[in-house]
Amino acid sequence: MIRLFARRLLYLLPVLFGVALLTFLIASLLPGDLATVLLGDQATPETLAALRRDLGLDQPIPLRFAHWLAQVLQGDLGRSFRTGQTVVAAIAERLPVSIELMLLAQLGALLVAVPLAIVCAVREGGRFDRFVTGLAFASLSVPSLLSAIVLIWLLAVRLSWLPATGYVPLDESAIGNLRCMALPALTLAMGEWPALMRVLRSDMISTLKEDYIALARAKGLKPARVLLVHALKPSSLTLVTVAGINIARLLGGALIVEAIFALPGVGRLLLGSVFNRDLVLLQGVVLFVGAAFVAVNLAVDMLYAVLDPRIRHGRG
Amino acid sequence: MAAVDATGGQALPAIVAASTGARRGPRLGIVFWIALGWIVALVAAAAFADLLPFPSPTDMDMLERRAAPSAEHWLGTDGLGRDVAARLLFGARASLTVGLCAPLISLVFGGAFGLLAGYFRGRLDTGIRGAADVLLAFPPLVLALAVTAFMGQSLLNMTLILGFLGIPVFTRVARSATLALAQREFVTAARALGATHTRILVHELLPNVALPLAAFLLVAIAVNIVVESALSFLGLGVPPPQPSWGSMIGEGRESLDSAAWLAFTPAGVMFATVLAFNLVGDTVRAVTDPRRAAGS
Repeated sequence: MIRLFARRLLYLLPVLFGVALLTFLIASLLPGDLATVLLGDQATPETLAALRRDLGLDQPIPLRFAHWLAQVLQGDLGRSFRTGQTVVAAIAERLPVSIELMLLAQLGALLVAVPLAIVCAVREGGRFDRFVTGLAFASLSVPSLLSAIVLIWLLAVRLSWLPATGYVPLDESAIGNLRCMALPALTLAMGEWPALMRVLRSDMISTLKEDYIALARAKGLKPARVLLVHALKPSSLTLVTVAGINIARLLGGALIVEAIFALPGVGRLLLGSVFNRDLVLLQGVVLFVGAAFVAVNLAVDMLYAVLDPRIRHGRG
Repeated sequence: MAAVDATGGQALPAIVAASTGARRGPRLGIVFWIALGWIVALVAAAAFADLLPFPSPTDMDMLERRAAPSAEHWLGTDGLGRDVAARLLFGARASLTVGLCAPLISLVFGGAFGLLAGYFRGRLDTGIRGAADVLLAFPPLVLALAVTAFMGQSLLNMTLILGFLGIPVFTRVARSATLALAQREFVTAARALGATHTRILVHELLPNVALPLAAFLLVAIAVNIVVESALSFLGLGVPPPQPSWGSMIGEGRESLDSAAWLAFTPAGVMFATVLAFNLVGDTVRAVTDPRRAAGS
């Protein structure tokens, strides 16, 4: 277990380094550096050169990368040149919104996916199974942009049950917070349940063919107990992976959904840094998102090993 | 009863595939043909949009804003009095250009990297996989956003970026297919006959890897259409006033309360297109599935 962890970590370190390098290169090699952004179009070559010297932008790229990496390793991602706020503080301020959205969306998706998958697996090939499988396939083709529009139109415009956009902090009003999180979370959940349902259904179908399930049934255990206790846990491995990947992606903020519903999460922070050409902020957020993705993937791998003894003892 | 059904259900497709395969290949079903028909019609309409009798997609008519469908404007007009049908067709150009060209770029490079990694293994494989993992660690939209913001908005830039971002996924598909194939007898036989690496890669492996890659290409087209519309929705896609489905949805959202169809029409067309590509891709994958081919 520990050796597996060490091996995965050893592989992930170069990947993290690559993430940092790519982040840095994007911000430094693309046209329009920090000096041009700061001074605007009217800047003379002389003032530009002077500012570049002050910012250290005239140094060779490998040197600047090393300098930047050393700062990052000390937990310093720099300051946004527009707001003066440190990048770390900006991310810390936005992260809870993205995490709450992610948790609510995952919860909603699992609440739909797990019961449907179990029922479909039990009645494999039946009418209900075919309907739900078809529905899941069609739902996979619905971009979040589309489901957001339909949900806003139905629940906010037509029925006016929920606010269409805006954000209420949790400490201000818990109910107001949940009300404004409901539509975005629902939008995300609608995009996620099909994948979760499909993997759990197919894993469950193969588990139900195992001998020990037949034995459990033969012993006269209640069908519900066989399904929920004996069959669900060994069938949930792929489900955990898919849910984990979703979590990893959403930690970086659900860009589209946060933009549509005007939620102040990490995605909006990133979007703002792109529109404002706030290079330092952009660099910091992209690095955070990439690193979070790598870290969560590592955690999922470990959870996988905990759930499945074969991986723990096998070659992995 | 259930067990009998399950085994019967598994054996049946193989028999059907084997018996019909002798004639004209497996039966594809009406849904497949409808989906394919929609794609062909859309591509043709987008390609010949200039020749079709539609008003200009950018001409504004302030007297006829948000007009209902009429003989002049088949699908009505938008908030600036522009013809919705024409905007949909010219928007299809943007979506399909990016949707079709970007995955082709990913296919060529990703396929090549995957073949090399899966065939030569060793250090090259580790390096290629590491690079792919780095790219995959970035949410694709994030990288696309950052790069479009700096390189400027244009159809060409967007296609290049999305094509680049798709490379690691294609690399994975090609690599895993190659890994399995490289162990097979025909590769060993070719090597025993003294075939060069190039010959084995191009003549033995490439034709076999091409099928799973082609199936995946169709799904990737659907994904790229969605990403293109997302970028356009955020205002970082096709530069206005050029129409795009994503920016049409974005403009339509402003008038959801008074004229919801302005958002629903492009959204519906996009859904139908994405679903069509997914359906065709799924069918192609099922038909070319090596496990099924091996069974029959």
